[in-house]
Amino acid sequence: MIPLDAPAPDAAALAAASARLLAAAASESDVVYAELDSPVGPIVAAATSKGLARLAYRDFNGGLDAVLEALATKLSPRIVEAPARLDAVRRALDEYFAGRRRDFDLPVDLSLTAPFGRAVLEACARIPFGATSSYRAVAADAGRPSASRAAGNALGANPVPIIVPCHRVLRTGGGLGGYTGGVATKRHLLTLEGTQL
Amino acid sequence: MVPFQRFFEQHREPVWRYLVAAVGPLHADDAFQETFLAALRAYDRRRAGTSAGAWVMTIAHNKAMDHHRAAARRAVPVAELPEVVQHDHGSASDAGAWARVRALPPKQRAALTLRYAADLTHAEVARALGCSEEAARRSAHEGLKTLRLELAP
Repeated sequence: MIPLDAPAPDAAALAAASARLLAAAASESDVVYAELDSPVGPIVAAATSKGLARLAYRDFNGGLDAVLEALATKLSPRIVEAPARLDAVRRALDEYFAGRRRDFDLPVDLSLTAPFGRAVLEACARIPFGATSSYRAVAADAGRPSASRAAGNALGANPVPIIVPCHRVLRTGGGLGGYTGGVATKRHLLTLEGTQL
Repeated sequence: MVPFQRFFEQHREPVWRYLVAAVGPLHADDAFQETFLAALRAYDRRRAGTSAGAWVMTIAHNKAMDHHRAAARRAVPVAELPEVVQHDHGSASDAGAWARVRALPPKQRAALTLRYAADLTHAEVARALGCSEEAARRSAHEGLKTLRLELAP
């Protein structure tokens, strides 16, 4: 009997072929992602051709695989890891956490968000660095003054925290309120921006 | 649906093994690129319920066939087949044995590489080749018989 087992793979050749494939696949995929480090923990950043679509606090979203699977379901399963494609996002966040950046001018893709939610996120994005607002004020700015609960939900589902600064929205009366990356992260960001708590 | 990145990580090694056997180490990289780029393009149209492994192997098989057809067009007829270097006998991943498999008639070659290098079942091989399971078994059997005759001392 002739032994016909699959040839043992040449690890270096397979690694080189994989790197070449992923580089080519990044420009043909619908979503590219990278894992970023930050002072508030690991972040998964994902972008489409339109812009940044997701900035997820990894450990508050069930881990990397859970984040990717949610993107596969909501956006497209054609997702490829491409750290170089998220260099601008990584740089901007590094500058922000180092205290050298107050505003983000990154293109953002909010196609994951329904129309009212988008209006809420746009209203939220107008709150300047160092300032805070309330759920009620953001709801009013989004055109529905009585919808502060819906505004709260939309901010809780913010796909791009930090970039859309939902940490600047506090409970009426001054309570910190919740946060997609945990209350400790919210406090960290507000302190970084010089907000008195 | 599994994100493409995870699908790729899960299947790259078996696809690589299959392609090294099917088209040889020199051409495996090109066939590998073509296989996974084709898989990426068709990825969101893949029917639920089909085995992802058999699906990507079928694509790899088609790329290997393209390679063999192109090689046949380029080939210059020679009077005698060049001698294939025989490495030590009994080695389970004998590159020499796979070089001989590549020299078999197309059906036998495809049946053997899909069954033993891609590790598909006979039923999956049959689906990839568009033939009956019985025909897939027969091609693999004939291929093994030819190899045995060639390698007999």
